[in-house]
Amino acid sequence: MATSPSLVPAFDAVPATGAEVLVIVAHPQIEQSRANRRLMEAAAAVRPSAAGSTIEVRDLYALYPDYLIDVPAEQAALAAARLVVWQHPIHWYSMPPLMKLWVDDVLAFGWAYGPDGNALRKKDLWLVATTGGPEESYRPDSYNRYFFDAFLPPYEQTAALCGMRFLPPLLLHGAHKASDAAIRAHADVYTERLRSHPAWPEIAELTESAACEVPLTARPLENFAEST
Amino acid sequence: MESTSWLNSGLVYLAAAVIAVPLARLVGLGSIIGYLVAGIVIGPWGLRFVTDPQDMLHFAEFGVVLMLFLVGLELEPDRLWSLRKPIFGWGSVQLFGSAAVLAAIALACGIDWRLALVGSFGLALSSTAIALGVLGERNLRGTTSGQSVLSVSLLQDVAAIPLLALLPLLGAATAHDSGAGWIGAAKAIAVIAAIVLGGRLLLRPALRWIARSETPEIFTATALLLVVATAALMQAVGLSMALGAFLAGVLLAESEYRRELETDIEPFKGLLLGLFFIAVGMSIDFAVVIAQPFLIAVVVIGFVLLKAAVLWLMARAMPIPMPERPVFLILLAQGGEFGFVVFQTATQAGVITASVSSFLVAAIAVSMLLTPLLLVAADRWWIPLLARGKRKTTIEELHEPQNASVIIAGFGRYGQIVGRMLYANGVAATVLDHDAEAIEALRKFGWRVYYGDASRLDLLRTAGAATARVLVLAIDDVDRSVDVATMVRENFPQLTIVARARNVQHYYQLYELGIRMIERETLDSALMSARSTLETLGWGPHQARNLALRFRRHNVAQLQAMAPHRQDEAKLIAAAKQGRQQLEELFALEREQAQQRQARSGWAGSAESLSLERETEPTA
Repeated sequence: MATSPSLVPAFDAVPATGAEVLVIVAHPQIEQSRANRRLMEAAAAVRPSAAGSTIEVRDLYALYPDYLIDVPAEQAALAAARLVVWQHPIHWYSMPPLMKLWVDDVLAFGWAYGPDGNALRKKDLWLVATTGGPEESYRPDSYNRYFFDAFLPPYEQTAALCGMRFLPPLLLHGAHKASDAAIRAHADVYTERLRSHPAWPEIAELTESAACEVPLTARPLENFAEST
Repeated sequence: MESTSWLNSGLVYLAAAVIAVPLARLVGLGSIIGYLVAGIVIGPWGLRFVTDPQDMLHFAEFGVVLMLFLVGLELEPDRLWSLRKPIFGWGSVQLFGSAAVLAAIALACGIDWRLALVGSFGLALSSTAIALGVLGERNLRGTTSGQSVLSVSLLQDVAAIPLLALLPLLGAATAHDSGAGWIGAAKAIAVIAAIVLGGRLLLRPALRWIARSETPEIFTATALLLVVATAALMQAVGLSMALGAFLAGVLLAESEYRRELETDIEPFKGLLLGLFFIAVGMSIDFAVVIAQPFLIAVVVIGFVLLKAAVLWLMARAMPIPMPERPVFLILLAQGGEFGFVVFQTATQAGVITASVSSFLVAAIAVSMLLTPLLLVAADRWWIPLLARGKRKTTIEELHEPQNASVIIAGFGRYGQIVGRMLYANGVAATVLDHDAEAIEALRKFGWRVYYGDASRLDLLRTAGAATARVLVLAIDDVDRSVDVATMVRENFPQLTIVARARNVQHYYQLYELGIRMIERETLDSALMSARSTLETLGWGPHQARNLALRFRRHNVAQLQAMAPHRQDEAKLIAAAKQGRQQLEELFALEREQAQQRQARSGWAGSAESLSLERETEPTA
């Protein structure tokens, strides 16, 4: 049997270590996963580089098997990070449910966005995702009908609303059928990127994301009055 | 002066009991021996505070009556009916079998046949008071041996009636006219019929009427009156008071007042029974014992062993599970208080002489005194021996080393659920329990459960503790659970313990041993009930779930934070209060925010940003 994630006491959320690189992993059945489990293990094994970046991996399904997210602990981990990684398989063209709940609960109004919601501003968000379908399926003439990029706007806009920079995603398509060597190579790219951030060649080409101010009129009047 | 002497004797009895019983319990001898010793100490052969124990014995006999009433309350007529075979079958085997063996030996020793007959029947009876008292104290009522002891005791109570009635016929003065016997029998039958009919038809409406007065002490008085009246009726026609009370109890066992009657009678029974044991202790005539110590010893050992031999054969034939046999044997092999009555009656009828009677009474009293001591000895040496021997015979035990990755210690209500969930997922577990009867029942359902005491190191090792990964510690007894945990932590450090905690103190005891996976046994089911309650009151199901889970997290976190202070009650209480307040304030704040959101007249702004809005609290 695979190691049971529930061996981590559910009541006692692991306190944030204040790492600069925060990897949020969400896989409902990580013990049956090929790619995501190895990617997570590889990330957890990354030692602080010479540059001194520390890394913390938070396995959401192990931490919150009852879907009761410890919001203060998650926010503390985010606040300390420079790079936030969302690592998860794509389920139904989107994120797994606990990841979505994490977004709902942790990226709170007045903290991550909205008036005084500046906690994540200037941080980087990096999506590291796997898909079951091969890359060729994400085409207008194939069964997924859209290029994969078509499913990214919710991610990009989530980052934008929080004032985060959305880095180019790292994708592994056809994860079910990927060879061990391919997964290993993918994990190497992954860890190399984690280690070298923010010195990525493509970051220089990125335009600074426009600050996304939420119009005050979009907010409840009471909260608006309190926060200004 | 009258009142002072009453006060004085009250002082003596209560003080003796209050000092002796906790002392006896402290050294592990049980409360009954404490009472008996208290009786000896204050009696005519001790400090001579009380010189005439007979009066007190008569008064205190009422404790036995109350006890049988309570026993009756636990037995619905249906269950009593289903016990007819053990009562009349095995009860008769015990009484007549023991009496026959004893009489045969007596006759072989050249004793007069009338003395042999009376003596053997008197000694064949056992002490209902001690037997049921011990069963209650040890929580053995429900076991096979407990039921058997009860059955035999009931038969003895029934049989004592004709026995006492026939005694005078043996006497030299057999000048009774037979007509009185017939009238007596007719009266007895009439009274029993009256009790049964009255109990069925009148008692419940009467109790309902009295309960409606809503005066608790009057209900208590009614309960006592009921028992006293039945006992008086029975005695008036020469029947056993205890049997009458038992009958009344059975008739009320199905009524809605059963629990209330039980609660009301219980303290009276406890105290009077204690008094009864004190009186038995006082009435041991040490003069007789000192005069013929050797003969007394021979008689006591002889009749106890002979009765035990009969009982052993019964236990094998019934059959009673091996580890329960010592209790069964010891409780029924002793003499009993009915023997006192038999010998007294026989003396009055001129069947035996007063000196023989007091000799036999002393023998019975000594055997009653020895019973609790024998039980303690059996606990220490005999039962463990049988438990070990048993592993080679009846129930399949653990002889081959097991290699399942999970051991479940304690397979009661808690362990069974754990086990079922594991089995459902294809995880084999080695299951240990020490309740022979439960094991038999579980085996009928196809569980592979082994007889074994998890607090024994050798047995745990056989169960595979050295190679297993998880020990599910589901034993319900707090002390044993902690013992096992301590031992496992010392001897099998690789074994992860998943523990059941009975309560917070138990939780802390386990926590201090380094165990972290501890569940308080009632927490989660209680929270589910809280959820149901909130839902019924209009909370959304999902919100109720969230609140329950958050309550749980807060509660457990607080419990752990308090672990260092668990000895300091004041601090513990203060922190508990503070924690409760924190949670209340947090929930109140969130309710307020949710209400504000709900009260908002509307949302301004674009549809895009609206889609990002989220209500953290579902509106109730």
